[in-house]
Amino acid sequence: MMPELGKYAGAVLSSYGVSLLLLAGLVAVSVWRSRRTARALREVEERVRNG
Amino acid sequence: MASIWEYANPKKFTATAERLLPVLAVLAVVALATGLIWGFFFTPDDYRQGSTVKIIYLHVPSALMAINTWLMMLAASLIWLIRRHHVSALAARAAAPVGAVMTVIALLTGAIWGQPMWGTWWAWDPRLTSFLILFLFYLGYIALWSAIENDDTAADLTSVLCIVGSVFALLSRYAVNFWNQGLHQGASLSLDKEKNVADVFYHPLLLCIAGFVLLFVALVLLRTVTEIRARRTRALLARERMA
Repeated sequence: MMPELGKYAGAVLSSYGVSLLLLAGLVAVSVWRSRRTARALREVEERVRNG
Repeated sequence: MASIWEYANPKKFTATAERLLPVLAVLAVVALATGLIWGFFFTPDDYRQGSTVKIIYLHVPSALMAINTWLMMLAASLIWLIRRHHVSALAARAAAPVGAVMTVIALLTGAIWGQPMWGTWWAWDPRLTSFLILFLFYLGYIALWSAIENDDTAADLTSVLCIVGSVFALLSRYAVNFWNQGLHQGASLSLDKEKNVADVFYHPLLLCIAGFVLLFVALVLLRTVTEIRARRTRALLARERMA
């Protein structure tokens, strides 16, 4: 299944590894911050509503 | 037909973004996974570059997004400066980290690809250098937003920085044509069939580009909604302190 990458295997695999890691990190941080901010806003709005 | 300016309303923008996000996320994953699997497993080696040609499926889309993210930020910054719509300023802020990551991916994959092909990780070539400066502009832009407490002042100053940085965004695209020197080749994609990358690489590459664009749109929508909520939280907390 794995293609024959020959002498450039290190270059190709490290390119894919580092890129996918960075993209996954960007998505994870964005989702985490989105959830945290939504929760914080809900809490403040509730506090304001209840006086 | 609804006017685009309706989305300057944070509530309307958030509601629409939340409706679109799941669809965009699924489309992005499908396009990216299909394009990368197709390119990595089912395309042949290039007769000159060997298997390193497979790096094209990450390098070209990320470089394209690095430049176009800045141009999107420029459009959003101009809208802020002219029409004072907060959502557009927040969208520019939300896009910057995405553009910075795209620039890092383009720089790293370029260096990894360049080493076996050019015999060096880095050269002070016009395109590489303007890309590095573009990355520094991204860092400066993100830092400036964080350094200024007042949101409107931060939006004003970062918009001006964005206009200045656009010169380097355009240079990173056209540096090869302007100076016609350096190691980096011209554009991989061209309407001229002679200059365009071979069909066998072209179709999975198009799919990867579509995946990167969809991922970018999904991330910017998600992050803009986050910025809108963070801004509202700050406003409510300030009102609470005043009471």
